[in-house]
Amino acid sequence: MPEVVVRKRVTCVEEIFHEGGPVAARPLRRAAAIAVIRNPFAGSYVESIEGFMDDLKPLGLDMARSLVAALGGDPKNVEGYGKGAIVGAAGELEHGALWHVPGGYAMREVLGGAKAIVASTKKVGGPGTRLDVPITHINASYVRSHFDAMEVGVNDAPRADEILLALVMTTGPRIHARVGGLKASEIKGEDGLR
Amino acid sequence: MNAPTIAKIRKIATFVEETHREMDRAISPPTRRAAAVAVIENPCAGKYVEDLSELIAIGQELGELLTLRAVAALGIPGALCESYGKAAAVGENGEIEHAAAILHPKLGTPVRRVLGKGAALIPSSKKRGAMGVVLDIPLGHKDAAYVRSHFDGMEVRINDAPRANEIVVAIAVTDSGRPLPRVGGLTKEQIKGEDGLR
Repeated sequence: MPEVVVRKRVTCVEEIFHEGGPVAARPLRRAAAIAVIRNPFAGSYVESIEGFMDDLKPLGLDMARSLVAALGGDPKNVEGYGKGAIVGAAGELEHGALWHVPGGYAMREVLGGAKAIVASTKKVGGPGTRLDVPITHINASYVRSHFDAMEVGVNDAPRADEILLALVMTTGPRIHARVGGLKASEIKGEDGLR
Repeated sequence: MNAPTIAKIRKIATFVEETHREMDRAISPPTRRAAAVAVIENPCAGKYVEDLSELIAIGQELGELLTLRAVAALGIPGALCESYGKAAAVGENGEIEHAAAILHPKLGTPVRRVLGKGAALIPSSKKRGAMGVVLDIPLGHKDAAYVRSHFDGMEVRINDAPRANEIVVAIAVTDSGRPLPRVGGLTKEQIKGEDGLR
């Protein structure tokens, strides 16, 4: 399949101390790794695209490792994750779906076998389009305190023939989480859900 | 955040951008720039305050804190940073003068201390706006404002800031100019570095 050509990489880290309530003893950190790549299928309908998922694996692993590094270097710091893609105007939504396997499994591998499905979203859009990447707990999707999202975007991407790929990791619950539900301390860890 | 700060900081974000290709030409090494952005409470929001010295002190504090963060995000010694810029966005209950109080009187000295030098004016922009407002931080060479290859800008944005009583403060540093500079003018090799201009 085609070569992966990266135009730009962006890393964003947010450190949240409070949101009007008590200042947390440990601030919540959210990090996003973004790569802007050329869309090899832009401009026409291509039937067979699946092989490109394998080509994206090294980039996915590199982005996942860079997120762990941005959050302090220890995979144990990471409690939530999510992924997303924005496909430029000359591509189709299905091209964004190519990111599910290389993006998701890269994070699971780097985090030592996280059990929960990686929450995701995708869309087609122009340069500067924002994407709200959904976030859930890495081992149990139903942990309510870890339902979160991080907005990402790059002002000059994706151009029409590009795809913006994003991975997101967080270090804990929402800063003032208090709406009940399954707690991280109650995870059974068998099915990735509870 | 290590020591307690004068500023009531709700959030700090850092952004690092690397440009590897432009118009399908490889950029080697990639051009890199970083911004550190703080969301703080505006102690003067909602009323006219004549004396802005509290905001001036906050500016001094953030000058050091944000420059250290941005340089760390870039991962190079401060002395190797080539260009810089600063910007602030005031929430709707504040006035543009609050941004000026943070950015202009005392913020620059600690920025230059972290970077080792910085003879040139630190280019700046400011505005009032709602949550998610975009700041275009102007960039210029830190030792010679006329270096044309380093005239640039970096966009930053935080989706949930500034709230009405907050201010977003940003500092950006780079290790390079634009990816493919070719419009002439003073080059960085020609810097005399005496007056901050050339």
